[in-house]
Amino acid sequence: MKLVVNGNTMEVAGVQTVGDLIKELKLAGKGAIVELNEEILSKSEHAEAVLANGDKVEIVHFVGGG
Amino acid sequence: MNDRYSRQILFDSIGEEGQELLANKHVLIIGAGALGTGNAEILARAGVGKITIVDRDYVEWSNLQRQQLFSEEDAKYRMPKAVAARERLEQLNSDIEVEGLVMDAGAEELRQLTEFVHLIIDATDNFDTRLLMNDISQETKIPWIYGACVGSYGLSYSIIPGETPCLSCLLEKVPMGGATCDTAGIIAPAVQMVVAHQTAEALKLLTGNKDALRNKLVSFDLWNNHYMAMDVRKLKKQDCPSCGNHPSYPYLNPENQTKTAVLCGRDTVQIRPSEHGERDLEELSGVLSRLGGRVEQNPYLLSYRANEQHRLVFFKDGRVLIHGTKDIAEAKNLYYSLIG
Repeated sequence: MKLVVNGNTMEVAGVQTVGDLIKELKLAGKGAIVELNEEILSKSEHAEAVLANGDKVEIVHFVGGG
Repeated sequence: MNDRYSRQILFDSIGEEGQELLANKHVLIIGAGALGTGNAEILARAGVGKITIVDRDYVEWSNLQRQQLFSEEDAKYRMPKAVAARERLEQLNSDIEVEGLVMDAGAEELRQLTEFVHLIIDATDNFDTRLLMNDISQETKIPWIYGACVGSYGLSYSIIPGETPCLSCLLEKVPMGGATCDTAGIIAPAVQMVVAHQTAEALKLLTGNKDALRNKLVSFDLWNNHYMAMDVRKLKKQDCPSCGNHPSYPYLNPENQTKTAVLCGRDTVQIRPSEHGERDLEELSGVLSRLGGRVEQNPYLLSYRANEQHRLVFFKDGRVLIHGTKDIAEAKNLYYSLIG
């Protein structure tokens, strides 16, 4: 499946939901906030939000440095 | 009266009136590292009446690449960051009052420090202090501005009690084991970009220009050329324990705070995080191996020799033993520099 993640087109395999994508990108547990096709999702929606070919995903994750 | 602030006064949205307002404001900056020194310099030059800057650490050579208030002398003499910052800020603007406090800001300290403060700037290096700050901000109704960066990535968000979602709404739980400036590095422009976003919002708030606030979570990656501003208002939770309808301010409860203890006679400090998540020892092993220093592991724990003096032992349940020190501040510095 092809997704546009933070402006970059990427090919992902074995990813079905936003939750899977977060794991795939190693952002699990980092408080990721996700917009799917310009709609913001609450965290409880991540596991169920199903991705489709060509979806536009924006992800912000939190970091601690400063 | 010289024309020190003339160019800022010429800027329409600030003007004489805004400048006057700034002179009567007190800003508390938690942390005097990269973000703290950057924020402090801009706000001091801008003429904020009083700046309090708090930090528990001292200046090291590895700070000079990005922590703009410090000199080689400060690194040579291991000056406390809060003291070195205060001295430099006083050179930059003698019109204002600067307070530099060498301390570890826990719940009690933060409560006292926020008295008579108009704005809190986040310049810490860890989520524990940020969540404390978040609860204190909600309790006292003082806004605070989150900022963080690592590598070429950074983000910022202004939290206005009673209006915007708070950090708890956005995070839901404390992130564990993220990258830090000591594990993934940091370039100075990423710091400056976060500082620019934080100080612009600070100037708006302090000069009575609330309408101009960004109201978006901003993030960027300067190396990968990606910029984003996300409207997160929908994430405000009515049942949020920090900012919801019936707040309990969970992070102000001692039971939910990261605990430290000196283990008597062992030259060791134990740090026990409040969250009872499992620590991913495999991921940690990967991160620490890349830093050099010896990593040894069994199914229950990971041991890492950070330097000649210090060895850290990470347990799966989150606890960490820091061998080679009895000093809690020193242990925390090492811990947050590796874990975030």
